[in-house]
Amino acid sequence: MSAPDTEGAVVTARNLDLTFQTSDGPVHALKDVSLSVEPGEFVSFIGPSGCGKTTFLRCVAGLEEPTGGTLEVNGMSADEARRARAYGYVFQAAGLYPWRTIGGNIRLPLEIMGYPEEEKARRVRETLELVDLGGFEKKFPWQLSGGMQQRASIARALSFDADLLLMDEPFGALDEIVRDRLNEELLSLWARTGKTMLFVTHSIPEAVYLSTKIVVMSPRPGRISDVIDSPLPKERPLDIRDSREFIDIAHRVREGLRAGMEAA
Amino acid sequence: MSETAAPISAPEAGVGWSARVARVASAMRQTTLPVLGVLAALLLIWTLACIPMNAAQSVLDASRAGETVSPEAASERRGMSGLALALRNPGPATAHAYSQDRPRLPAPHQVAGALWQSTATVSPTSAQSLIHHGWVTLSATLLGFAIGAGLGIALAVGIVHFRVMEMSVMPWAIVSQTVPIIAIAPMIVVVLYAIGIEGILPKAVIAAYLSFFPVVVGMSKGFRSPDAMQLDLLRTYGASRPQTFWKLRLPASAPYLFASLKIAVAAALIGTIVAELPSGAQAGFGARLLAGSYYGQTVQIWAALFAAAILAAGLVGLIGGLERRALARMGMRP
Repeated sequence: MSAPDTEGAVVTARNLDLTFQTSDGPVHALKDVSLSVEPGEFVSFIGPSGCGKTTFLRCVAGLEEPTGGTLEVNGMSADEARRARAYGYVFQAAGLYPWRTIGGNIRLPLEIMGYPEEEKARRVRETLELVDLGGFEKKFPWQLSGGMQQRASIARALSFDADLLLMDEPFGALDEIVRDRLNEELLSLWARTGKTMLFVTHSIPEAVYLSTKIVVMSPRPGRISDVIDSPLPKERPLDIRDSREFIDIAHRVREGLRAGMEAA
Repeated sequence: MSETAAPISAPEAGVGWSARVARVASAMRQTTLPVLGVLAALLLIWTLACIPMNAAQSVLDASRAGETVSPEAASERRGMSGLALALRNPGPATAHAYSQDRPRLPAPHQVAGALWQSTATVSPTSAQSLIHHGWVTLSATLLGFAIGAGLGIALAVGIVHFRVMEMSVMPWAIVSQTVPIIAIAPMIVVVLYAIGIEGILPKAVIAAYLSFFPVVVGMSKGFRSPDAMQLDLLRTYGASRPQTFWKLRLPASAPYLFASLKIAVAAALIGTIVAELPSGAQAGFGARLLAGSYYGQTVQIWAALFAAAILAAGLVGLIGGLERRALARMGMRP
């Protein structure tokens, strides 16, 4: 079915189009978006508001229905992939259920997917350790800081061990210092688990620091204006951000964003 | 510093006994005093209102007892308002206002006395006992409340899941509440009697009729309270509709549930009392109110009214207690 060059790809989008019908007339959220994501890649989507980066992620998640083009996730349609629980999704807000403890929140997807009892307990414990929240299982969300809540929501997305993690500006609401630390932790998590990451952001340093591939998008209509393969090594200490290569990539991203704005 | 002394950083460290007394006193000033102040003001207004309200009888009593009243002729007094009478005869009007058998407005101590007399000094099974009447009303209230709350929740579940149900059921639910209950209650009693249903059930049906509505409205809102992100999250797990209901909509609706139940239980009590009025009931607060008004026993009416109010406050307080316990168990911020 799939073309030879996308064999084994996790996400394959070809000429994807999505038009929302609103009361103010049609809004062209995505236009002619083609992209292929290989297993184990860390792909960031960056662009100004309205460029369709979140919409694209929601299409991959099967939460939006594209109006044109084809989209495959793990060789299935996005909707089939959603029902096969192919991915974990992290929203911009942590969105923990206030009536469940941290442990109970991470248990939620496991309950819905019908894991056996001892398996649930084991996975809750393990994912909490993975995001460095061991010992917080019995706390309620309001007892945790914003950064810790977002870590718990990442644990919730990881608990059922899908190979694909979709993250929609997960650190957008956090301050710079917490964001830096979570970025570092996310990289180490990625290195340990080998998952494929799709990560939406509007921070250039965040995109360059995290990604193996940066997709620069521009608005009206939402489209891809540049795809940058990062030459940075997989091991990335925080001070790599002062290196020549890092600054060069950041510069290219900025150029891409500016070109997209001017064309629009 | 002795070993048992609290560290200086501990809460209340260095706070002496007198400071604690001062803090308790200030807490009392902030809560107890205003509450008692409002209560005292209400009692004062009530007590003062007794004078003009009961003036006609007071002045009559005084003139019969040989006191001078103005105007002296009973025929002249007939057309005068209570306020005018009280102003022209302040002494007699005050002296005789609080001891009448059938005052227009009973004084607080008369109502309290009647409440005490009809609860503590008579057997709880006698027809004189407000406990007896209270139980008759309470049992129908609770049955009606259970039916109404259950029906309300069931309708809300349907309304949230089936759009067509919102359009087909909701208008009728609203129409049902615009019909005065006093008009429809006798019809319900008669119709149910015609098909052989009598006793507690007709009253409970009327109580349910009033109490289902706040539950339908509150719970359809409560079941819809989760935001789009929380619903999307469950979609990413491929959750079914029943799972979405049990894991998200139901727990999210808890605060709405208790708010609706408080309104519903008070409405159920009103419905039961109204149902007791036209149905020739022998017992219950409604029957007690009706009997009191037949025989001009105003003290009895007021005692029954207060008993009903105390019962309603108790029921609402009970649900409030359940609410605090349930929400605390659900980890709501204290």
